[in-house]
Amino acid sequence: MNIFDVIGPVMIGPSSSHTAGAVRLGNLALAILGEGVKEAVIGLHGSFAQTYRGHGTDLALSAGLQGWATDDIRIPKSFDSAKEAEIEIAFTTINLGDLSHPNSVRFWLTGVNGNKCTVTGASIGGGRVVVTNIDDFPVEFSGEFPAILTMHRDRPGAIALVTSILSTQGVNVAQMKVFRKQKGGLAAMIVETDQPIDNAAFEVIGKLPHIQSVRRIQLV
Amino acid sequence: MEEKLSLQEWIDLAETENKTFGNFCIEFQAKELEMDKRVLLERMEEMLHVMEQSVVIGLTGITSMGGLVGGNGKKVETYRAESADKSVVGSVMSKAIMIALAVGEANASMGRIVAAPTAGASGTLPAVLFSLAETRGSSMEELGKGLIVAGAIGMVIASRASLSGAAGGCQAECGSAAAMAAGAAVELYGGSPEQVGHAVAITLKNMLGLVCDPVAGLVEVPCVKRNAGAAAQAMVAAEMALAGICSVIPVDEVIDAMAAVGNAMSCTLKETAQGGLAVSPTGILLANKLFAKVES
Repeated sequence: MNIFDVIGPVMIGPSSSHTAGAVRLGNLALAILGEGVKEAVIGLHGSFAQTYRGHGTDLALSAGLQGWATDDIRIPKSFDSAKEAEIEIAFTTINLGDLSHPNSVRFWLTGVNGNKCTVTGASIGGGRVVVTNIDDFPVEFSGEFPAILTMHRDRPGAIALVTSILSTQGVNVAQMKVFRKQKGGLAAMIVETDQPIDNAAFEVIGKLPHIQSVRRIQLV
Repeated sequence: MEEKLSLQEWIDLAETENKTFGNFCIEFQAKELEMDKRVLLERMEEMLHVMEQSVVIGLTGITSMGGLVGGNGKKVETYRAESADKSVVGSVMSKAIMIALAVGEANASMGRIVAAPTAGASGTLPAVLFSLAETRGSSMEELGKGLIVAGAIGMVIASRASLSGAAGGCQAECGSAAAMAAGAAVELYGGSPEQVGHAVAITLKNMLGLVCDPVAGLVEVPCVKRNAGAAAQAMVAAEMALAGICSVIPVDEVIDAMAAVGNAMSCTLKETAQGGLAVSPTGILLANKLFAKVES
């Protein structure tokens, strides 16, 4: 913690968890989709479902999906801007279960190029967030570091190849986690790094054996 | 687990080095951040400009998202203009009340604010700093220094207790904001580092046990008015400290007591809207109305 965690951030009110955190979750979902949003269905769980209008959580999520920052004064008008940009956003309330954080949200997104993804995350206080699920894979990352997300076959060496590309590019791994549904099946890996991952490394990783898809998640 | 900070340790260092607490904090924090002192102060001045704008937004008499608050900062502004001779607390504190309400209302209506330390308690520091600045004729640089003192105090509270209503109740949000503002006020008035510590301790003692019980879970009732109360508590404590009054319980021990009280507090009283004013008959009525609006 430093002094700017106490005096700051500058944000649009009223709540760091229900407003600023919601913007960040939208930012992360957009980054995971990897292209502009065309259609979004947003499911709100728990406290988000109960109090979203009073906290402007819906406006904040919409702003986040348009790539705006938490202190953007356009946030209260983010629906108008989405309409102008022909982005369709619909809200619904959902129950993600008792074990989910009370400030949880699930996005079903379709991008301008037709890519789709489902992202679930939670706003865990003070504007900090965590993404907990991407396309039915349980994951866990905060977006505070640059990251790549791979979908790959669960085979020996699949992970080592990715990390070796990163090491040759001088990229240090801060945290990494691997998830699989069954042995030898489809697996997901999230690698959070200290340095941003450049285009060259990103493209090489996409072409590695066993890698089915790779996404780069980089927030400003 | 990070090591606990100690406000007394910083106060002792400042006294030994014969520095004001503000100058000590700037040097200490600049070093910690590996940032030039000038740049650190400039960043703080930027925060002050945002705070000034929040006051302007609040005083336009806006209504909050949930519709439970709005227009009260403006009411105090009008009262100050038309009935100055009838002020109970005098011009300085009445201005603090006006600013606290205005910023709280700006926050509740999706205006831009500085979370200091949180969005819900964002009215307290601007209220104390700007109302005192007028009488003291303080420059932006002096106010920036006050903000750094406030930030340093907040860091200690965060490390020993909490700044979040969900973790420690409103004493951790408005209480901490008030303690930070009290320390800044002592700094603005040329008090010693020891006096900063006493002001912080006295403020927290006077706000110990305050629960977080927002109606309908929104940052509106009672949050906005509590910012005005917190500003007043800060000024009361700063006045006592500047007069040479000491806190019997040392400041770090008061912060630890706040942490213990926060831990002992029922979850219904920590931002869950399940206790206190949130479950008063009117609180429930308002919540039902708001949730019905969401369903429709």
